[in-house]
Amino acid sequence: MQYLLLIHDDEAQWGDMPEDERNAVYAEYGTYTEELQSRGILVGANQLQPSGTATVVHVEDGKTLTTDGPFAETKEVLGGYYLIDVDTLDEALEWAAKIPSARYGHIEVRPIVMRQAEVAS
Amino acid sequence: MTTARNAAIDRIRREQTLARKTELLARAEELPDDEEALIPDERLELIFACCHPALAPEAQVALTLSLVGGLETPEIARAFLVPEATLAQRLVRAKRKIRDAGIPLRVPAEHLLPERLRLVLATIYLVFNAGYGPPVRRELCGEAIRLAAVLATLMPDEAEAHGLHALLLLQDARRDARVSSAGELVLLERQDRSLWDADEIEQGTRALERALSLRRPGAYQLQAAIASLHYEEPADWAQIALLYSRLAELSPSPVVELNRAVAVAMADGPESGLEIVDRLTGLERYHLWHSTRADFLRRLGRDEEATAAYSRALELAPSETERTFLRDRLAASV
Repeated sequence: MQYLLLIHDDEAQWGDMPEDERNAVYAEYGTYTEELQSRGILVGANQLQPSGTATVVHVEDGKTLTTDGPFAETKEVLGGYYLIDVDTLDEALEWAAKIPSARYGHIEVRPIVMRQAEVAS
Repeated sequence: MTTARNAAIDRIRREQTLARKTELLARAEELPDDEEALIPDERLELIFACCHPALAPEAQVALTLSLVGGLETPEIARAFLVPEATLAQRLVRAKRKIRDAGIPLRVPAEHLLPERLRLVLATIYLVFNAGYGPPVRRELCGEAIRLAAVLATLMPDEAEAHGLHALLLLQDARRDARVSSAGELVLLERQDRSLWDADEIEQGTRALERALSLRRPGAYQLQAAIASLHYEEPADWAQIALLYSRLAELSPSPVVELNRAVAVAMADGPESGLEIVDRLTGLERYHLWHSTRADFLRRLGRDEEATAAYSRALELAPSETERTFLRDRLAASV
């Protein structure tokens, strides 16, 4: 089964972090990603630009409304994700707990809807 | 290199799982026949799925009763005083989450087991307490005892599984004595001992001995030991107070302290009990805190304060049975 591990954290806290600590966390992310790869469970992963770069689009009566900012104004925002393929939620939760940002923010674990054709393959 | 090692680890894990399953099946045959029971090892896997931390606590309880206990939706709804439709929806959502989120139907891996087992034990205890009342709902207590027995049989090395089983049996053994024919709560020291279920006390004591022989102390075992000491005549209150201190170390809570105060008062007099009770904070809205204080004050001859405390307890008491009990006490104290 595929799970999307959504990394929510506080950007301000990230920015306030001393540089050597931030570098250590980056290095940890590198090791973590390599481990997912070597075990063959990594489907995809990306870090997002800060939420200040987000734009929200909504269509009403055929008219596109474009506004600045992330969809929800919260202290913790979506900062990146991992898409992994494991057997059960337990494994997905364990991998989520190993994401360095789990110590600073929260990881939301969401199962991916698998279409019949994909399940069969 | 890594791949080879991972493959080796996987193989060992598979062998361990197989060994465990074989063992479970062997043990399953020792279980008493239950008319509509599933294959017992499947029951164990189901219990862990139902009590998965990804499910809300109220969903865990409802699912366990429905899928493992085999209770009908209206029965569960009645027991937890929620509308049937609400409960039915809760069950549907929880089952859907098990399926769609990939909650595994298996006994958790070794390193996850302690935390997961804690949740399973807590759920079973919750079921029991929902039935213990007052008002008493026999079927829930019986179901909780059955679940605890299955768990203890299938996980014989888990001291706390035996501890919970012992605790439930020892509490249940008092069921007929602790509520009078008029539906009123009867204090332990006034209970008719002939109404205690000797068979259940014996079963509970045996379960407790098995738990203690594993030499891994835990909160359920301590509570079971306390319950078992209450059956002795005369009860060793100093020993009970000591076990409550251990329990407070293991899982600190003002309610445990309140119980310790009662034991200390029995061992050393109401003055010492009152000292503990008056130090406690956060129980101002708990009727038993007020009624315990009231009892100590009455025994110390401080009647006016006792009356005030009984009145406050009466205002806060959640059930009619308890209110009736407190009203009698209040009448006796003025």
